[in-house]
Amino acid sequence: MAHILLRHRDIKDIYKLDVYQANGGYGGLKKALAMTPAEVVDVVKASGLRGRGGAGFPTGIKWGFIPKGADEVYILINTDESETGTFKDRELSENNPHQIIEGAIIAAYAVGAKKIYNYFRGEFMDAGYAMEEAVQECYANGLLGENILGTDFSCDFHCHYGAGAYICGEETALIKSLEGERGQPWSKPPFPAIEGLYSKPTVVNNTETLSNVPLILVNGAEWYTSMGTEKSPGVKIVCMSGHVEKPGNYEVPLGTTYRELIEMAGGMRGGKAFKALLPSGGSGPVITADSLDAPLTYEGLTEYGSVMGSASVIVMDETTDMVWAALKMIRFFSHESCGKCTPCREGTFWMRKMLQRIYDGQGTEADIQVLGSVARQMKGRTLCALGEFAVNPALSTIHHFMDEYKAKVSGNGQMVMVETAVTAVD
Amino acid sequence: MIAEKYAEEIEGILARFPHKKSAVLPLMHLAQREYGYMSREAMREVAGILDLDPTHVLSLAGFYSLFHEEPTGKYVLEICNDLACALRGADEFVEMVCRKLDVPLGGTTEDGLFTVKGAMCLGACDRAPMLQYNLKFAEHLDEEKFDALIAYLREEAVSGKEGPSVVEKIAAYAKSPEIGVNNGTYFVASPRY
Amino acid sequence: MSDLVTLTIDGIEISVPKGTLIVDAAKQIGNDIPVFCYHPKLEPVGMCRMCLVEIGYPMRDRATGELMCDENGEPKLNFGRGLQTACTVPVGEGIAVRTTTENVTDARRSTLEFLLSSHPLDCPICDKGGECPLQNQTMAYGLGKSRVHYGDKLHLNKHVSLGELIYLDQERCIQCARCIRFQQELVDDPVIQFHDRGRHTEIVTFSDPGFNSYWSGNTTDICPVGALTTADFRFGARPWELTPVASLCTHCPVGCNTTMSTRREARAGGQRVIKRVMPRQNEAVNELWICDKGRFARHYADTGERLRTPLIRKNGELVEADWSEALDLVAGKLQQHGTAVAGLAGGRLSNEDHFQFQKLFRKGLGSANIDLASRRLAGGDVVAKVGLSSGSNLKALSAGDAIIVVATDLHEEAPVWWLRVKQAAERGAAIIILNARAPRLDKFASHVRHYQPGQAVDAVRQLVNLAKVDTETNGDALAAAAEMAAQANNLVAFYGSEGVTYEETDAIARLLANLLLLKNGDGHAGRPNNGLIPVWPHNNTQGAWDMGVHPAYGPGYAAIENPGLGATAVYEGAANGSVKALFIVGADPVGDGLMAGRGQLEFLVVQELFLTETAALADVVLPAQSWAEREGTFTNGERRVQRYYPAIAALGGSKADWQILAEISERVGLGKPAFAASLVFNEIAKAVPQYKGMDYRTLAKVEKQWPDVGGEDAYYGGNAYENRSGLGQQWAAQAESEAVAPLDAPETAAYANDGLALIRAAALYTPGTLINQSAILQDRLAQPTIAMNAADAAAAELVDGDLIDVTVAGTAQTVKKTVTALVHISNTPSGLMLLRGVPYVAGTAVAEISKLEKEEELA
Ligand SMILES: Cc1cc2nc3c(=O)[nH]c(=O)nc-3n(C[C@H](O)[C@H](O)[C@H](O)COP(=O)(O)O)c2cc1C
Ligand code: SF4
Ligand code: FES
Repeated sequence: MAHILLRHRDIKDIYKLDVYQANGGYGGLKKALAMTPAEVVDVVKASGLRGRGGAGFPTGIKWGFIPKGADEVYILINTDESETGTFKDRELSENNPHQIIEGAIIAAYAVGAKKIYNYFRGEFMDAGYAMEEAVQECYANGLLGENILGTDFSCDFHCHYGAGAYICGEETALIKSLEGERGQPWSKPPFPAIEGLYSKPTVVNNTETLSNVPLILVNGAEWYTSMGTEKSPGVKIVCMSGHVEKPGNYEVPLGTTYRELIEMAGGMRGGKAFKALLPSGGSGPVITADSLDAPLTYEGLTEYGSVMGSASVIVMDETTDMVWAALKMIRFFSHESCGKCTPCREGTFWMRKMLQRIYDGQGTEADIQVLGSVARQMKGRTLCALGEFAVNPALSTIHHFMDEYKAKVSGNGQMVMVETAVTAVD
Repeated sequence: MIAEKYAEEIEGILARFPHKKSAVLPLMHLAQREYGYMSREAMREVAGILDLDPTHVLSLAGFYSLFHEEPTGKYVLEICNDLACALRGADEFVEMVCRKLDVPLGGTTEDGLFTVKGAMCLGACDRAPMLQYNLKFAEHLDEEKFDALIAYLREEAVSGKEGPSVVEKIAAYAKSPEIGVNNGTYFVASPRY
Repeated sequence: MSDLVTLTIDGIEISVPKGTLIVDAAKQIGNDIPVFCYHPKLEPVGMCRMCLVEIGYPMRDRATGELMCDENGEPKLNFGRGLQTACTVPVGEGIAVRTTTENVTDARRSTLEFLLSSHPLDCPICDKGGECPLQNQTMAYGLGKSRVHYGDKLHLNKHVSLGELIYLDQERCIQCARCIRFQQELVDDPVIQFHDRGRHTEIVTFSDPGFNSYWSGNTTDICPVGALTTADFRFGARPWELTPVASLCTHCPVGCNTTMSTRREARAGGQRVIKRVMPRQNEAVNELWICDKGRFARHYADTGERLRTPLIRKNGELVEADWSEALDLVAGKLQQHGTAVAGLAGGRLSNEDHFQFQKLFRKGLGSANIDLASRRLAGGDVVAKVGLSSGSNLKALSAGDAIIVVATDLHEEAPVWWLRVKQAAERGAAIIILNARAPRLDKFASHVRHYQPGQAVDAVRQLVNLAKVDTETNGDALAAAAEMAAQANNLVAFYGSEGVTYEETDAIARLLANLLLLKNGDGHAGRPNNGLIPVWPHNNTQGAWDMGVHPAYGPGYAAIENPGLGATAVYEGAANGSVKALFIVGADPVGDGLMAGRGQLEFLVVQELFLTETAALADVVLPAQSWAEREGTFTNGERRVQRYYPAIAALGGSKADWQILAEISERVGLGKPAFAASLVFNEIAKAVPQYKGMDYRTLAKVEKQWPDVGGEDAYYGGNAYENRSGLGQQWAAQAESEAVAPLDAPETAAYANDGLALIRAAALYTPGTLINQSAILQDRLAQPTIAMNAADAAAAELVDGDLIDVTVAGTAQTVKKTVTALVHISNTPSGLMLLRGVPYVAGTAVAEISKLEKEEELA
């Protein structure tokens, strides 16, 4: 099947405007501009497109929340992509930037925005410059700026770079960061659709989400719903990493099973046995072999206590030390916690300390108990979802791999403090 | 003083936003490229341009991990040793790098060329082990390629063929992403498919 | 009422105004939902997660939109959203809040466990221990036992100086950001911020000097733990050892209510010592705040420099004497000179002192030569007519209202007024500024007119004239301002003395009065939240006017038939010998450059705290008590009469001013002195019609205030002191009860503008008699500087950092004074120099400047 999002893999040089246009590029925008904004929103609603940033909120409904007639509205493209194991938005931005720009302009038209900011994580300066070239091409060809394609719709597009903070992917933190503040989320409500950037109504969409939009406009909502499942229509890019033969991005219809995904990625590396995978980078609970036939959908992993999230699948084989993996992940979250709310700031730090001790063989059974209890204490009590995510690796590995934890603490009741460097980073 | 030296860029940056404060991260990036790190003086400069209290700029320098408040080596090597990369040998790679450059993690080589840091996921897990040198990707690394990268960077540092403006340099770099020893076969910035 | 919302909290029904936060609604029925980051004066942020509660929302039928009910007919509630922060969620009709469920209890317990996970358990040596919300809430909801492995704790620096006034203990900080938010939201000085993130989040400052803000001390109050402490209280005492004494700030006309925390100490011979000054809640005056001058300058009260015994000049030397000898001498000498005597007082004395002083002169000595030593702001009589009406509260001003601010920099002269006007602006009130330069309030102003130096009266006159007629505004700032002022629902006008002469301030007061009387016959004057506010130079200048410390007005503004000499005439008389004996109380006219030495005076007596420049020239020096040692009343610029109480024992043999004056009065035949300040006040209440009905008991009345702080609850402890000692009484201006006719405002002498004009700009920490004695503020004292713009500096061949001598020959200046000042290039309007850090200079002056050569600088 030809790609819908990763079209650059089928069409060489599609990052260039002429090539993109030769392949139907900006046809979606033309079509949209001939419709009323409300009709555009309706098409996207009908397509069932859901947010690809992780939360899966229906995109058309989100656009529909923007108050009609608001004087200033902003579109923010979320290219912060900092979730461990996620690298899809970077590939899209570097290789198929026009499809994102086109999606964003359509979104802007649909909600009455005159300004689009694309927020890249600071480490993506390169991806950003590729995008900036594409933006310049658009300006030069009447696709951005005043009177787009000769209509009276005008819109500007700017690339903006963060500076190293995972939390800035959270939509309200992203807005704060773009405003020049510390990138810390605020307690919602107000939601960005009502009070977002500079307190104006704002749509925050993931890069991949917007990449879907042009072809939905061109081919219609039914075309899109013909792919995927009923509740999770369309296609999704899955970032496969870890112990597979061919890690990379794979574009698949939603509903594909995790087993199929591993096969697509060349199977387990070196023919080793599968042990577990993280379906949503560090943020979702691990799943084990019994869940491999679950479909990749927004609901598919619910019964296994996990989530599809951003579909960054980190595969681990039989050689993986699950306590080590949990430690790696809590290290990530304690490093990335913004520090605004108490449970996340203190809890991630404390959990990391405990996990490190357990991993170092300096822990006790009581530490495992406390670790689990601290994780549960954080759940449902943090200000944003980062704190919720942070406890998943520990809780789920304790759930599935208690024996590995026990093995680490068995025979050692002594608590001796040593500093170890295995995972030192900060 | 970046205000004079990059007057035009700064004007362009300011024009993007309805509120000046939004320009603070772009200006901090600019200052860090110019001075190598966010010195206290650089923070004051940025604050001055945007009418901010310098405490605000200091706060941001601390919040965002890409800003260095202490002098660094000419090249900052950020090596991802997060889970996905670590599953593909990143921890061993980090050890190798530290051994080869004879620095601890977080340290700077004696010649002042390289600072080695561990990093959280850099969005290149499928190309591990990998690192970023001054925000440029070097991927699919192994010992041999790493040696080549270091040799290349040493040469670049000596020849000083960096062009007048750091901003231009990076922009130029983005136009030809396939630079590197052996024409992009060893380490590539961002290969187009 | 439609804007009331009814909800239940743990089954108790309550109706509160729409928009009330759940945490505040609960507080009103005595349910103290615990909080840390929330503070009723700050925007809610919901970050500490201490206030989590369960909220049930009434369910509606999707199809019909009808409320759904269960089988008992009770509305069905959906608690599905999990725990929510009571501090960010406003009340909603029909919602049910649960604060005692297992989930809520567990959330509180775990938030506390998290907060304590790296918090040091150093309560026994912590300054906040005993009034610490964290401690209190841990006792109420905490686990009682730590599960944290000791080695897992984070250890941080415990002695971080954020400048010399405030210290940070990083280990104690719970990252609630109250301090940062206070500095940012309330006082617009974002000089402290968080650095780093996650568990490494810590407070830093990068201003020069550190924590550069006049408000820094307040952050130590609102800090809910012992992380921020003031340099002078740190490790000084335990809160439970402290006896709070209600007091007032003595540094500006706002009249902030304060509390002095005192303790008996061995090093003071078992006497009470002031350990700290904190705000005392008065929502009509200072709410919960005081500026740093009010907090830190108090150290003057107990320095070793204080005068402790009377001094009499013998053989040219001032030598110690006993009271009766000194008082006999003073009484005798004053009487000896008949009517060629004069009395000058400082604006910091109490009403009792002022009253007794004028009584001594008028009744005891038969002289009307009595005035304030520094006459810089006129208009007390105008204020008596149209002053801010009683029952006003600046907190009430918002959109549709206007505030005019003329010739004053409130931030420097009356910081809490600056704050309250700024907040009114943020609520939508229009701020109209008339000044020769840009004061800090400009940033929040809607209409700004920077008049030419010396043109203040003209500008105000124009404003008032424009307001009288319906004019096209044509984009003219003044016309737009006039229209705004005329149309405003409520109108408040502040006026001060920056760059204007005494005569000019009189004209300004009268013109503003006319503006207040205007509004199509149905004036602003006389209505609550309307009226004139003088930015007096001292805390009780208002009281001095009220008590009749004025050559032309007796107590209660009774006109004096044959007015005596005013201060300027007295200084002239002293110089030329027509005034023979002079009695100065609480002022230093020589040090302030108002009086050129003793002149031809035959007898000079000074009653003071310190041996000031004036006191050093006196024949008799009488040691007065500071306000901390005695009681009395001050009347603030809003005419609120307020009481303060004795906190410490008298230093040495010093006596209260009124008492000394009463004892002198007795010697000149005025009868037995009153034995208590309250009795003097009773006499005032009889003599001053405006004070009728007031006494020390009525002034001590309190009523419940919102927000409810400092009480027994676990959450605002240590934030501010609850007011248990009196909210004071505002006296009614004449316009409140009768019609006031427009006043005539005479033309003032024109200012000859040739060359560079000079204005003395106010600075909060301008050196002076009291503040100079406060060691802790020495590094912050304003050094003499001359600010001018680059072009003017270039024309005068000056560069930033040059030292110059400035000789000011002011329009109303009797003494030529030369100060050496540092040149500071700034965006001062062209043709104008601003002189900071020096005592008062009247009006817009012509200055002579001469640059100092490097050798002279060195010398
Ligand atoms: C801690 C955290 C990190 C996030 N990071 C990202 C991210 O890197 N990219 C992204 O698109 N969304 C991210 N999200 C989700 C965003 O908050 C938001 O839901 C999303 O951008 C909405 O776009 P969508 O509806 O198109 O998915 C993150 C959320 C959280 C809580
Ligand atoms: S959950 Fe973590 S990242 Fe989110 S607000 Fe709280 S501290 Fe910040
Ligand atoms: S979260 Fe409500 S008080 Fe802190």
